Parts: sequence; structure tokens; C-alpha cells
Amino acid sequence: MICKPSLAYSVFVVDVFRALDDETRRLVLDELSVRDGQTLFEICSVLTMRHGLSLTRQAISQHLGVLESAGLVVTERRGRAKFHFFNRDPLSEITGRWPSRKTTPP
Amino acid sequence: MAQQKDDPTMKIALTSLFVDDQRAALAFYTDVLGFTKRHDIPLGDDFWLTVVSPEAPEGPELLLEPSAHPAVKPYREALAEDGIPLAQFAVDNIEAEHARLVSRGVVFTQPPTDVGVAVVAVFDDTCGNLIQLIEMKSAGD
Repeated sequence: MICKPSLAYSVFVVDVFRALDDETRRLVLDELSVRDGQTLFEICSVLTMRHGLSLTRQAISQHLGVLESAGLVVTERRGRAKFHFFNRDPLSEITGRWPSRKTTPP
Repeated sequence: MAQQKDDPTMKIALTSLFVDDQRAALAFYTDVLGFTKRHDIPLGDDFWLTVVSPEAPEGPELLLEPSAHPAVKPYREALAEDGIPLAQFAVDNIEAEHARLVSRGVVFTQPPTDVGVAVVAVFDDTCGNLIQLIEMKSAGD
């Protein structure tokens, strides 16, 4: 019984770690950190032109799906286009579990 | 039959975009974007309506085609959702063009973005299409 909340927590964090365990998906988050709110087309073009990736649009769409199901990317429709945003909240769950310590010099 | 040249080449003479309303499209493509009307010929309820760049009046024509065909709506909606432009227009100064179009109320889905060999941007043409602008960087850059 006492395990249940932490089990839900682990499943959630596992999704976040899985989503981050891929260089393409980390690059997507890097690019969304530079400019948040991009269409699939824009993400594809910056991955291809800036990072030399030769992935299909469909493959990048699947990567975005993984990031979205982990809560790291949220989408919003504005006008007729759909935009992707970086949601950092799941990352704070991780740093909350292992908060960084201020090291004091000896 | 005409004698075939040794090196036959094709030129792109005309390409087309589907537009929601041909009159509104003509206004946007001429008044806002700066193209020149080339042909405007009545065809039933619609028109054979083309524009050209004033820099190339004999160059490729852009046909602003009626969008009544049932395949057009789902085709364009799916592409617009993913932010995919249907045509690309070249400009000399994309930052200036972006500022000019924004001041005219044009909505960009992608602001000018450096992609290495060029700077690109994407805007909504208000007629149902996304259009990409491109400024190629010169070889010396």
C-alpha cells in the first residue's frame, strides 16, 4: 500500500528517462529550448540543416510522440497549425528526487 | 514532328496553389506580396488567374486555382497542421520582408530561421496555404 504512490512516480519517471535516452529527442529539446513553439516542419528542417540528420518526417513525428507521452513536449493548435512546446516540469521531478547540493570548499 | 534538339530541356512555366477565394487571393498576392497579375480569364464560375514576379514578367506563372475539389480541403488541412509550406518564394532580404509583412498583418508560423545555407521563414497566405520565404546566403558567407 505504501508502495503505490512511489510506483506511479517510478512509471512516470521511467517514461521521462526513456524519452531522454535518445540523441535525436535530446536535439529536439535543445532546439525547442532555443525557440519554443515550432511546427513539425520547422523541427524537421532545423534537425536536417543544423544537425545533419537525415530522418523522415514520420520518424521525427514519432520521436515527438514519445516526448509528448512523457510530458516533455506539449502541443497547442494556433490557427491551422500545431506547435510543439518544451515542458520542463517532468525534469523538476527528477531534480526534486536528487537535488543538487551546494558544495562548500573544504 | 519538329526536329528534336540534342539537349532538350524543360522549364517550369506554371505552378499552382489552391486558394479559398480567387478575388481575395489576387488582392493578397498583388497588394500584400507584390506580384503582378498576368492572366485573369473567366472560366465558368471561376477564373484562369495567374500572377508573376515583377522582376520576371515573362517568368514562371503562379496559378491561383479554385479550391472547390473535395480532395483539396483534407490535403491542405493536414499539411497546414504540420506546418508544411506548399511553395517557396525567394527574397533578397528576409528580415526586411518579414518585418514588412508582419506590419501588414501577415501571420508567420516560423520566423526567419538560419538553416546554414539559407535563412527561411513560413507564413500563412490567408488563402489556405503556408508559404516559405528563402534568402540564400551568398557563397562568401
